[in-house]
Amino acid sequence: MPAPDKADHPARDTSPERADRTVLDARDISRALTRISHELLERNKGANDLVLLGLHTRGVPLARRIADKIAAVEGTPVAVGELDVTMYRDDLRSQPTRRAHKTALPPGGIDRKVVVLVDDVLFSGRTIRAALDALADLGRPSAVRLAVLVDRGHRELPIRADHVGKNLPSALAERVSVHLSEVDGTDEVTIS
Amino acid sequence: MKHLLSVDDLSRDDIDMLFATAADMHDVQNREVKKLPALRGRTVVNMFFEDSTRTRSSFEIAGKWLSADVINVSAKGSSASKGESLRDTVLTVCAMGVDGLVIRHPASGAALQVSEWVDASVVNAGDGMHEHPTQALLDAYTLQRRLGSLEGRHVAIIGDLTHSRVFRSNVQCLTKLGARVTAVAPPTLMPSGIGAWSDAAGFETSYDVDAVLPEADAVMMLRVQRERMSGAFFPSAREYTVGYGLTRNRLALLGPDVPICHPGPMNRGLEIAADAADAAQSAVLEQVSSGLAIRMAVLYHLLAGESEGGIA
Repeated sequence: MPAPDKADHPARDTSPERADRTVLDARDISRALTRISHELLERNKGANDLVLLGLHTRGVPLARRIADKIAAVEGTPVAVGELDVTMYRDDLRSQPTRRAHKTALPPGGIDRKVVVLVDDVLFSGRTIRAALDALADLGRPSAVRLAVLVDRGHRELPIRADHVGKNLPSALAERVSVHLSEVDGTDEVTIS
Repeated sequence: MKHLLSVDDLSRDDIDMLFATAADMHDVQNREVKKLPALRGRTVVNMFFEDSTRTRSSFEIAGKWLSADVINVSAKGSSASKGESLRDTVLTVCAMGVDGLVIRHPASGAALQVSEWVDASVVNAGDGMHEHPTQALLDAYTLQRRLGSLEGRHVAIIGDLTHSRVFRSNVQCLTKLGARVTAVAPPTLMPSGIGAWSDAAGFETSYDVDAVLPEADAVMMLRVQRERMSGAFFPSAREYTVGYGLTRNRLALLGPDVPICHPGPMNRGLEIAADAADAAQSAVLEQVSSGLAIRMAVLYHLLAGESEGGIA
Protein backbone atom coordinates (compact mmCIF):
# COMPACT_ATOMS: atom_id res chain seq x y z
CA MET A 1 0.00 0.00 0.00
CA PRO A 2 1.15 3.59 -0.46
CA ALA A 3 3.50 5.09 2.06
CA PRO A 4 2.72 8.28 3.95
CA ASP A 5 2.80 11.42 1.89
CA LYS A 6 5.96 13.08 2.93
CA ALA A 7 9.09 11.19 3.73
CA ASP A 8 10.79 14.39 4.79
CA HIS A 9 8.33 14.63 7.63
CA PRO A 10 9.30 11.72 9.80
CA ALA A 11 7.24 13.99 11.68
CA ARG A 12 4.02 12.22 12.16
CA ASP A 13 5.09 9.23 14.09
CA THR A 14 2.82 8.90 17.08
CA SER A 15 4.49 5.90 18.67
CA PRO A 16 3.30 5.67 22.26
CA GLU A 17 6.75 5.28 23.81
CA ARG A 18 7.68 8.83 22.79
CA ALA A 19 6.79 11.60 25.22
CA ASP A 20 5.01 14.25 23.17
CA ARG A 21 5.42 17.90 24.16
CA THR A 22 2.84 20.31 22.83
CA VAL A 23 4.52 23.32 21.28
CA LEU A 24 1.42 24.90 19.70
CA ASP A 25 -2.15 24.39 20.87
CA ALA A 26 -5.31 25.27 18.96
CA ARG A 27 -5.22 28.92 19.98
CA ASP A 28 -1.53 29.25 19.13
CA ILE A 29 -2.19 27.75 15.69
CA SER A 30 -5.08 30.14 15.10
CA ARG A 31 -2.98 33.13 16.18
CA ALA A 32 -0.07 32.04 13.96
CA LEU A 33 -2.38 31.71 10.96
CA THR A 34 -3.95 35.12 11.69
CA ARG A 35 -0.49 36.67 11.73
CA ILE A 36 0.50 34.93 8.49
CA SER A 37 -2.74 36.17 6.88
CA HIS A 38 -1.97 39.76 7.85
CA GLU A 39 1.64 39.44 6.71
CA LEU A 40 0.47 38.12 3.34
CA LEU A 41 -1.95 41.01 2.91
CA GLU A 42 0.68 43.53 3.90
CA ARG A 43 3.32 42.05 1.62
CA ASN A 44 0.89 41.76 -1.29
CA LYS A 45 -0.75 45.13 -0.59
CA GLY A 46 -4.18 43.49 -0.47
CA ALA A 47 -5.64 40.25 -1.72
CA ASN A 48 -5.58 41.05 -5.44
CA ASP A 49 -4.20 38.29 -7.65
CA LEU A 50 -3.41 36.17 -4.62
CA VAL A 51 -3.71 32.38 -4.97
CA LEU A 52 -3.17 30.12 -1.97
CA LEU A 53 -2.05 26.61 -2.94
CA GLY A 54 -2.15 24.11 -0.09
CA LEU A 55 0.28 21.19 -0.30
CA HIS A 56 -1.25 17.82 0.47
CA THR A 57 -2.15 16.74 3.03
CA ARG A 58 -2.18 19.28 5.85
CA GLY A 59 -1.24 22.27 3.76
CA VAL A 60 -4.68 22.15 2.14
CA PRO A 61 -6.75 22.89 5.27
CA LEU A 62 -4.14 25.43 6.37
CA ALA A 63 -4.50 27.27 3.03
CA ARG A 64 -8.29 27.27 3.46
CA ARG A 65 -8.02 28.65 6.98
CA ILE A 66 -5.69 31.42 5.86
CA ALA A 67 -8.04 32.23 2.97
CA ASP A 68 -10.96 32.48 5.41
CA LYS A 69 -9.02 34.84 7.63
CA ILE A 70 -8.00 37.02 4.68
CA ALA A 71 -11.58 37.06 3.42
CA ALA A 72 -12.78 38.14 6.86
CA VAL A 73 -10.35 41.07 6.84
CA GLU A 74 -10.69 42.10 3.20
CA GLY A 75 -14.32 41.20 2.65
CA THR A 76 -13.56 39.41 -0.63
CA PRO A 77 -12.90 35.71 -1.23
CA VAL A 78 -9.37 34.53 -1.96
CA ALA A 79 -8.59 31.86 -4.56
CA VAL A 80 -7.53 28.56 -2.99
CA GLY A 81 -6.21 25.44 -4.70
CA GLU A 82 -4.59 22.13 -3.88
CA LEU A 83 -1.21 21.00 -5.10
CA ASP A 84 0.08 17.44 -5.04
CA VAL A 85 3.80 17.03 -5.57
CA THR A 86 4.04 13.23 -5.39
CA MET A 87 5.06 12.83 -9.03
CA TYR A 88 7.75 15.46 -8.66
CA ARG A 89 9.49 14.01 -5.61
CA ASP A 90 13.14 13.08 -5.97
CA ASP A 91 12.82 10.05 -3.70
CA LEU A 92 10.09 8.16 -5.57
CA ARG A 93 12.42 5.27 -6.31
CA SER A 94 13.65 4.83 -2.77
CA GLN A 95 10.19 4.50 -1.23
CA PRO A 96 7.25 2.19 -1.79
CA THR A 97 4.88 3.67 -4.38
CA ARG A 98 3.07 6.69 -3.04
CA ARG A 99 -0.51 7.43 -3.79
CA ALA A 100 -0.99 10.70 -5.60
CA HIS A 101 -3.57 13.23 -4.46
CA LYS A 102 -5.61 15.73 -6.35
CA THR A 103 -4.14 18.86 -7.84
CA ALA A 104 -6.85 21.49 -8.26
CA LEU A 105 -6.16 25.01 -9.37
CA PRO A 106 -8.72 27.75 -8.81
CA PRO A 107 -10.73 28.70 -11.93
CA GLY A 108 -8.52 31.67 -12.77
CA GLY A 109 -5.40 29.49 -12.87
CA ILE A 110 -2.04 30.71 -11.62
CA ASP A 111 -0.68 32.64 -14.60
CA ARG A 112 0.41 36.15 -13.56
CA LYS A 113 -0.87 35.51 -10.02
CA VAL A 114 1.03 35.68 -6.75
CA VAL A 115 1.03 32.06 -5.63
CA VAL A 116 1.52 31.29 -1.96
CA LEU A 117 2.48 27.70 -1.28
CA VAL A 118 1.13 26.66 2.11
CA ASP A 119 2.46 23.67 4.05
CA ASP A 120 2.48 22.49 7.62
CA VAL A 121 6.17 21.76 8.27
CA LEU A 122 9.24 23.03 6.45
CA PHE A 123 12.06 20.55 6.95
CA SER A 124 14.51 19.41 4.26
CA GLY A 125 12.96 21.65 1.61
CA ARG A 126 12.57 18.80 -0.86
CA THR A 127 8.78 18.97 -0.85
CA ILE A 128 8.97 22.65 -1.74
CA ARG A 129 11.49 21.95 -4.50
CA ALA A 130 9.05 19.41 -5.92
CA ALA A 131 6.24 21.97 -5.59
CA LEU A 132 8.23 24.54 -7.55
CA ASP A 133 8.77 21.98 -10.33
CA ALA A 134 5.06 21.15 -10.34
CA LEU A 135 4.16 24.84 -10.53
CA ALA A 136 6.38 25.27 -13.58
CA ASP A 137 4.26 22.64 -15.38
CA LEU A 138 1.01 24.28 -14.35
CA GLY A 139 1.62 27.86 -15.36
CA ARG A 140 3.72 30.93 -14.78
CA PRO A 141 2.93 32.84 -11.60
CA SER A 142 4.25 36.38 -11.27
CA ALA A 143 5.72 35.41 -7.90
CA VAL A 144 5.80 32.38 -5.63
CA ARG A 145 5.92 32.67 -1.86
CA LEU A 146 6.02 30.11 0.88
CA ALA A 147 4.02 30.06 4.10
CA VAL A 148 4.48 27.30 6.67
CA LEU A 149 3.05 26.68 10.10
CA VAL A 150 6.31 25.30 11.50
CA ASP A 151 9.90 25.69 10.34
CA ARG A 152 11.97 23.01 12.03
CA GLY A 153 15.24 23.64 10.21
CA HIS A 154 17.59 21.00 8.72
CA ARG A 155 17.31 22.31 5.19
CA GLU A 156 18.99 20.23 2.47
CA LEU A 157 18.27 22.77 -0.26
CA PRO A 158 18.56 26.57 -0.46
CA ILE A 159 14.89 27.17 0.32
CA ARG A 160 13.46 29.63 2.85
CA ALA A 161 9.91 30.38 3.95
CA ASP A 162 8.50 33.89 3.56
CA HIS A 163 5.95 33.45 6.32
CA VAL A 164 6.47 31.19 9.33
CA GLY A 165 3.98 30.43 12.10
CA LYS A 166 6.65 29.19 14.49
CA ASN A 167 10.36 28.58 14.19
CA LEU A 168 11.01 25.36 16.02
CA PRO A 169 14.70 24.49 16.20
CA SER A 170 14.79 20.72 16.59
CA ALA A 171 17.25 17.88 16.66
CA LEU A 172 17.20 15.61 13.62
CA ALA A 173 16.14 12.71 15.82
CA GLU A 174 13.17 14.64 17.15
CA ARG A 175 9.79 14.32 15.53
CA VAL A 176 7.48 17.22 14.88
CA SER A 177 3.82 16.29 14.47
CA VAL A 178 1.16 18.64 13.17
CA HIS A 179 -2.42 17.68 13.88
CA LEU A 180 -5.27 19.63 12.32
CA SER A 181 -8.93 19.16 13.13
CA GLU A 182 -9.89 18.68 9.45
CA VAL A 183 -7.54 15.68 9.16
CA ASP A 184 -6.78 14.50 12.66
CA GLY A 185 -9.72 15.75 14.70
CA THR A 186 -7.62 18.08 16.82
CA ASP A 187 -5.43 21.18 16.45
CA GLU A 188 -2.00 20.70 17.93
CA VAL A 189 1.71 20.72 17.12
CA THR A 190 3.84 18.38 19.19
CA ILE A 191 7.52 17.50 19.37
CA SER A 192 8.85 14.25 20.71
CA MET B 1 2.83 -6.49 -6.92
CA LYS B 2 5.40 -6.42 -9.65
CA HIS B 3 3.31 -7.32 -12.71
CA LEU B 4 -0.21 -6.69 -13.97
CA LEU B 5 -1.16 -9.91 -15.71
CA SER B 6 -4.77 -10.39 -14.75
CA VAL B 7 -7.60 -8.50 -13.08
CA ASP B 8 -7.70 -11.47 -10.75
CA ASP B 9 -4.40 -10.27 -9.23
CA LEU B 10 -6.01 -7.02 -8.07
CA SER B 11 -7.93 -6.57 -4.85
CA ARG B 12 -10.82 -4.13 -4.59
CA ASP B 13 -8.47 -1.77 -2.75
CA ASP B 14 -5.91 -2.00 -5.55
CA ILE B 15 -8.58 -1.11 -8.10
CA ASP B 16 -9.78 1.83 -6.00
CA MET B 17 -6.21 3.06 -5.67
CA LEU B 18 -5.59 2.77 -9.41
CA PHE B 19 -8.82 4.68 -10.11
CA ALA B 20 -7.85 7.44 -7.67
CA THR B 21 -4.44 7.76 -9.32
CA ALA B 22 -6.05 7.66 -12.76
CA ALA B 23 -8.31 10.55 -11.78
CA ASP B 24 -5.22 12.64 -11.08
CA MET B 25 -3.60 11.47 -14.31
CA HIS B 26 -6.77 12.44 -16.17
CA ASP B 27 -6.30 16.04 -15.05
CA VAL B 28 -2.87 16.05 -16.69
CA GLN B 29 -4.61 15.68 -20.09
CA ASN B 30 -6.07 19.17 -19.67
CA ARG B 31 -2.77 20.80 -18.87
CA GLU B 32 -0.62 22.76 -21.23
CA VAL B 33 2.41 20.71 -20.17
CA LYS B 34 1.24 17.10 -20.30
CA LYS B 35 4.21 15.62 -18.57
CA LEU B 36 5.06 14.35 -15.10
CA PRO B 37 8.58 13.41 -14.10
CA ALA B 38 7.62 10.32 -12.08
CA LEU B 39 9.25 7.70 -14.36
CA ARG B 40 12.26 9.73 -15.44
CA GLY B 41 15.13 7.34 -16.12
CA ARG B 42 12.89 4.29 -16.50
CA THR B 43 12.63 2.44 -19.80
CA VAL B 44 9.42 0.82 -21.01
CA VAL B 45 9.20 -1.41 -24.07
CA ASN B 46 5.89 -2.03 -25.78
CA MET B 47 6.12 -5.44 -27.45
CA PHE B 48 3.15 -5.99 -29.70
CA PHE B 49 2.93 -9.31 -31.48
CA GLU B 50 -0.59 -8.46 -32.64
CA ASP B 51 -1.91 -5.41 -34.45
CA SER B 52 -3.11 -2.60 -32.26
CA THR B 53 -3.76 1.12 -32.58
CA ARG B 54 -5.27 2.39 -29.39
CA THR B 55 -3.69 0.12 -26.78
CA ARG B 56 -0.17 0.56 -28.13
CA SER B 57 -0.45 4.32 -28.59
CA SER B 58 -2.14 4.62 -25.22
CA PHE B 59 0.70 2.80 -23.46
CA GLU B 60 3.25 4.78 -25.44
CA ILE B 61 1.73 8.15 -24.56
CA ALA B 62 1.18 7.05 -20.95
CA GLY B 63 4.85 6.16 -20.58
CA LYS B 64 5.99 9.34 -22.29
CA TRP B 65 3.76 11.59 -20.22
CA LEU B 66 5.32 10.02 -17.14
CA SER B 67 8.76 10.84 -18.62
CA ALA B 68 9.80 7.22 -19.19
CA ASP B 69 11.82 6.32 -22.26
CA VAL B 70 9.47 4.28 -24.41
CA ILE B 71 10.23 2.16 -27.43
CA ASN B 72 7.89 0.01 -29.49
CA VAL B 73 8.70 -3.40 -30.87
CA SER B 74 6.21 -5.11 -33.13
CA ALA B 75 6.34 -8.62 -34.52
CA LYS B 76 6.38 -7.27 -38.05
CA GLY B 77 9.78 -5.77 -38.61
CA SER B 78 11.39 -7.43 -35.59
CA SER B 79 13.49 -10.57 -35.37
CA ALA B 80 10.33 -12.46 -34.43
CA SER B 81 9.44 -12.37 -38.13
CA LYS B 82 12.74 -14.14 -38.84
CA GLY B 83 11.71 -16.99 -36.62
CA GLU B 84 13.20 -15.89 -33.29
CA SER B 85 11.33 -17.38 -30.35
CA LEU B 86 9.31 -15.22 -27.97
CA ARG B 87 11.72 -16.09 -25.17
CA ASP B 88 14.77 -15.01 -27.13
CA THR B 89 13.12 -11.80 -28.33
CA VAL B 90 12.04 -10.86 -24.81
CA LEU B 91 15.36 -11.76 -23.20
CA THR B 92 17.24 -9.78 -25.86
CA VAL B 93 15.18 -6.67 -25.25
CA CYS B 94 15.39 -7.03 -21.47
CA ALA B 95 19.17 -7.41 -21.65
CA MET B 96 19.18 -3.73 -22.66
CA GLY B 97 18.13 -2.70 -19.16
CA VAL B 98 14.39 -2.46 -19.56
CA ASP B 99 12.29 -1.70 -16.46
CA GLY B 100 8.83 -2.33 -17.87
CA LEU B 101 7.55 -4.63 -20.60
CA VAL B 102 4.08 -4.13 -22.04
CA ILE B 103 3.22 -7.21 -24.01
CA ARG B 104 0.45 -8.16 -26.40
CA HIS B 105 0.54 -11.63 -27.85
CA PRO B 106 -1.93 -13.86 -29.70
CA ALA B 107 -1.27 -16.76 -27.32
CA SER B 108 -3.27 -16.93 -24.10
CA GLY B 109 -0.90 -16.99 -21.14
CA ALA B 110 1.99 -15.36 -23.01
CA ALA B 111 2.28 -12.44 -20.57
CA LEU B 112 2.42 -14.77 -17.58
CA GLN B 113 5.08 -16.84 -19.29
CA VAL B 114 7.15 -13.75 -20.11
CA SER B 115 6.92 -12.54 -16.52
CA GLU B 116 8.65 -15.76 -15.46
CA TRP B 117 11.57 -15.13 -17.81
CA VAL B 118 12.44 -11.52 -17.06
CA ASP B 119 13.22 -9.18 -14.16
CA ALA B 120 11.25 -6.29 -15.65
CA SER B 121 7.67 -5.53 -14.62
CA VAL B 122 5.29 -7.05 -17.15
CA VAL B 123 1.93 -5.57 -18.11
CA ASN B 124 -0.46 -7.78 -20.03
CA ALA B 125 -1.82 -5.71 -22.91
CA GLY B 126 -3.91 -8.59 -24.20
CA ASP B 127 -2.99 -12.26 -24.44
CA GLY B 128 -4.98 -14.20 -26.97
CA MET B 129 -8.52 -14.87 -25.81
CA HIS B 130 -7.48 -14.77 -22.17
CA GLU B 131 -7.23 -11.33 -20.53
CA HIS B 132 -6.87 -7.62 -21.17
CA PRO B 133 -6.70 -6.16 -17.67
CA THR B 134 -6.07 -2.50 -18.52
CA GLN B 135 -9.06 -2.52 -20.88
CA ALA B 136 -11.25 -3.86 -18.08
CA LEU B 137 -9.91 -1.23 -15.69
CA LEU B 138 -10.52 1.59 -18.14
CA ASP B 139 -14.02 0.34 -18.92
CA ALA B 140 -14.93 0.16 -15.25
CA TYR B 141 -13.28 3.52 -14.58
CA THR B 142 -15.24 5.12 -17.43
CA LEU B 143 -18.51 3.67 -16.16
CA GLN B 144 -17.74 4.69 -12.60
CA ARG B 145 -17.17 8.27 -13.74
CA ARG B 146 -20.47 8.22 -15.64
CA LEU B 147 -22.59 6.38 -13.08
CA GLY B 148 -20.99 7.52 -9.83
CA SER B 149 -20.60 4.03 -8.42
CA LEU B 150 -20.87 0.56 -9.90
CA GLU B 151 -22.32 -0.93 -6.74
CA GLY B 152 -25.57 -2.67 -7.71
CA ARG B 153 -25.53 -1.29 -11.27
CA HIS B 154 -26.53 -3.60 -14.09
CA VAL B 155 -24.03 -3.84 -16.94
CA ALA B 156 -24.93 -5.75 -20.09
CA ILE B 157 -21.96 -7.14 -22.05
CA ILE B 158 -23.13 -8.05 -25.52
CA GLY B 159 -21.36 -9.69 -28.44
CA ASP B 160 -18.68 -12.18 -29.30
CA LEU B 161 -17.98 -13.51 -25.82
CA THR B 162 -16.14 -16.62 -26.94
CA HIS B 163 -13.23 -14.79 -28.53
CA SER B 164 -13.15 -11.85 -26.14
CA ARG B 165 -10.38 -11.35 -23.59
CA VAL B 166 -12.04 -8.02 -22.80
CA PHE B 167 -15.13 -9.91 -21.66
CA ARG B 168 -13.16 -12.20 -19.36
CA SER B 169 -11.32 -9.33 -17.69
CA ASN B 170 -14.40 -7.13 -17.54
CA VAL B 171 -16.52 -9.70 -15.76
CA GLN B 172 -13.90 -9.99 -13.03
CA CYS B 173 -13.41 -6.26 -12.70
CA LEU B 174 -17.07 -5.24 -12.74
CA THR B 175 -18.19 -7.90 -10.29
CA LYS B 176 -15.32 -6.95 -7.95
CA LEU B 177 -16.69 -3.41 -7.98
CA GLY B 178 -20.17 -4.65 -7.08
CA ALA B 179 -21.83 -4.44 -10.50
CA ARG B 180 -24.40 -6.95 -11.72
CA VAL B 181 -23.30 -8.30 -15.09
CA THR B 182 -25.40 -9.97 -17.75
CA ALA B 183 -23.49 -11.51 -20.64
CA VAL B 184 -25.47 -11.67 -23.86
CA ALA B 185 -24.45 -13.56 -27.00
CA PRO B 186 -25.85 -15.94 -29.57
CA PRO B 187 -25.47 -19.56 -28.43
CA THR B 188 -22.62 -20.09 -30.89
CA LEU B 189 -20.59 -17.24 -29.38
CA MET B 190 -21.27 -18.14 -25.76
CA PRO B 191 -18.03 -19.64 -24.31
CA SER B 192 -18.23 -23.33 -23.54
CA GLY B 193 -18.60 -23.99 -19.82
CA ILE B 194 -19.97 -20.51 -19.18
CA GLY B 195 -22.71 -21.98 -17.00
CA ALA B 196 -20.31 -23.14 -14.30
CA TRP B 197 -18.21 -20.02 -14.69
CA SER B 198 -21.15 -17.65 -14.35
CA ASP B 199 -22.33 -19.52 -11.25
CA ALA B 200 -18.90 -19.23 -9.67
CA ALA B 201 -18.24 -15.63 -10.72
CA GLY B 202 -21.75 -14.41 -10.00
CA PHE B 203 -22.96 -13.11 -13.34
CA GLU B 204 -25.94 -13.92 -15.53
CA THR B 205 -26.21 -15.00 -19.13
CA SER B 206 -28.88 -14.40 -21.73
CA TYR B 207 -29.54 -14.95 -25.42
CA ASP B 208 -32.11 -12.16 -25.56
CA VAL B 209 -30.73 -8.66 -26.11
CA ASP B 210 -34.13 -7.03 -26.25
CA ALA B 211 -35.06 -8.37 -22.83
CA VAL B 212 -31.81 -7.22 -21.21
CA LEU B 213 -31.40 -3.74 -22.71
CA PRO B 214 -34.37 -1.99 -21.05
CA GLU B 215 -33.08 -2.77 -17.56
CA ALA B 216 -29.39 -2.09 -18.19
CA ASP B 217 -27.60 0.81 -16.48
CA ALA B 218 -24.74 0.48 -18.97
CA VAL B 219 -24.14 -1.41 -22.20
CA MET B 220 -20.83 -2.77 -23.36
CA MET B 221 -20.74 -3.93 -26.96
CA LEU B 222 -17.99 -6.33 -28.03
CA ARG B 223 -16.46 -6.63 -31.44
CA VAL B 224 -17.20 -9.64 -33.59
CA GLN B 225 -13.67 -11.01 -33.90
CA ARG B 226 -13.83 -12.56 -37.32
CA GLU B 227 -10.05 -12.91 -37.44
CA ARG B 228 -10.22 -15.40 -34.56
CA MET B 229 -13.07 -17.41 -35.99
CA SER B 230 -12.11 -20.70 -37.55
CA GLY B 231 -15.61 -21.55 -38.69
CA ALA B 232 -19.02 -20.03 -39.22
CA PHE B 233 -20.47 -18.82 -35.93
CA PHE B 234 -23.49 -17.11 -37.46
CA PRO B 235 -25.15 -17.39 -40.87
CA SER B 236 -24.51 -13.84 -42.05
CA ALA B 237 -23.48 -10.42 -40.85
CA ARG B 238 -27.03 -9.23 -41.47
CA GLU B 239 -28.44 -11.95 -39.26
CA TYR B 240 -25.99 -11.16 -36.48
CA THR B 241 -26.95 -7.48 -36.60
CA VAL B 242 -30.64 -8.28 -36.47
CA GLY B 243 -30.18 -10.64 -33.55
CA TYR B 244 -27.46 -9.02 -31.48
CA GLY B 245 -26.38 -5.67 -32.90
CA LEU B 246 -27.03 -2.39 -31.10
CA THR B 247 -29.22 -1.06 -33.87
CA ARG B 248 -31.07 2.24 -34.05
CA ASN B 249 -34.25 0.49 -32.84
CA ARG B 250 -32.47 -1.06 -29.87
CA LEU B 251 -30.88 2.28 -29.01
CA ALA B 252 -34.42 3.49 -28.32
CA LEU B 253 -34.74 0.79 -25.63
CA LEU B 254 -31.98 2.45 -23.61
CA GLY B 255 -32.46 5.35 -21.26
CA PRO B 256 -30.79 8.58 -22.43
CA ASP B 257 -28.19 8.38 -19.67
CA VAL B 258 -27.20 4.76 -20.20
CA PRO B 259 -23.57 4.78 -21.34
CA ILE B 260 -22.66 2.76 -24.42
CA CYS B 261 -19.14 1.36 -24.37
CA HIS B 262 -17.15 -0.44 -27.04
CA PRO B 263 -13.49 -1.39 -26.62
CA GLY B 264 -12.85 -0.78 -30.32
CA PRO B 265 -12.15 -1.18 -33.07
CA MET B 266 -15.84 -0.98 -33.94
CA ASN B 267 -17.45 -2.84 -36.82
CA ARG B 268 -19.98 -0.14 -37.59
CA GLY B 269 -23.15 -1.62 -38.98
CA LEU B 270 -22.34 -5.07 -37.61
CA GLU B 271 -22.34 -5.12 -33.80
CA ILE B 272 -23.02 -1.41 -33.40
CA ALA B 273 -24.95 1.01 -35.59
CA ALA B 274 -23.45 4.39 -36.36
CA ASP B 275 -26.38 6.00 -34.51
CA ALA B 276 -25.37 4.19 -31.33
CA ALA B 277 -21.62 4.68 -31.77
CA ASP B 278 -22.09 8.42 -32.23
CA ALA B 279 -24.98 8.87 -29.77
CA ALA B 280 -24.66 11.52 -27.06
CA GLN B 281 -24.55 8.74 -24.48
CA SER B 282 -21.74 6.90 -26.26
CA ALA B 283 -18.66 6.60 -24.05
CA VAL B 284 -16.38 5.25 -26.78
CA LEU B 285 -14.04 8.24 -27.01
CA GLU B 286 -14.18 8.77 -23.27
CA GLN B 287 -12.92 5.18 -22.95
CA VAL B 288 -9.88 6.17 -24.97
CA SER B 289 -8.97 9.11 -22.75
CA SER B 290 -9.75 7.04 -19.65
CA GLY B 291 -7.45 4.36 -21.04
CA LEU B 292 -4.58 6.77 -21.09
CA ALA B 293 -5.21 7.77 -17.49
CA ILE B 294 -5.53 4.14 -16.37
CA ARG B 295 -2.32 3.12 -18.16
CA MET B 296 -0.47 6.04 -16.61
CA ALA B 297 -1.74 4.91 -13.21
CA VAL B 298 -0.69 1.30 -13.87
CA LEU B 299 2.80 2.23 -15.09
CA TYR B 300 3.20 4.63 -12.18
CA HIS B 301 2.26 2.05 -9.56
CA LEU B 302 4.37 -0.70 -11.10
CA LEU B 303 7.47 1.33 -11.90
CA ALA B 304 7.73 4.48 -9.80
CA GLY B 305 8.48 3.02 -6.40
CA GLU B 306 11.35 0.94 -5.14
CA SER B 307 11.72 -2.39 -6.88
CA GLU B 308 9.65 -4.26 -4.29
CA GLY B 309 7.02 -1.52 -4.40
CA GLY B 310 4.03 -1.17 -6.67
CA ILE B 311 0.54 -2.23 -5.94
CA ALA B 312 0.52 -4.30 -2.77
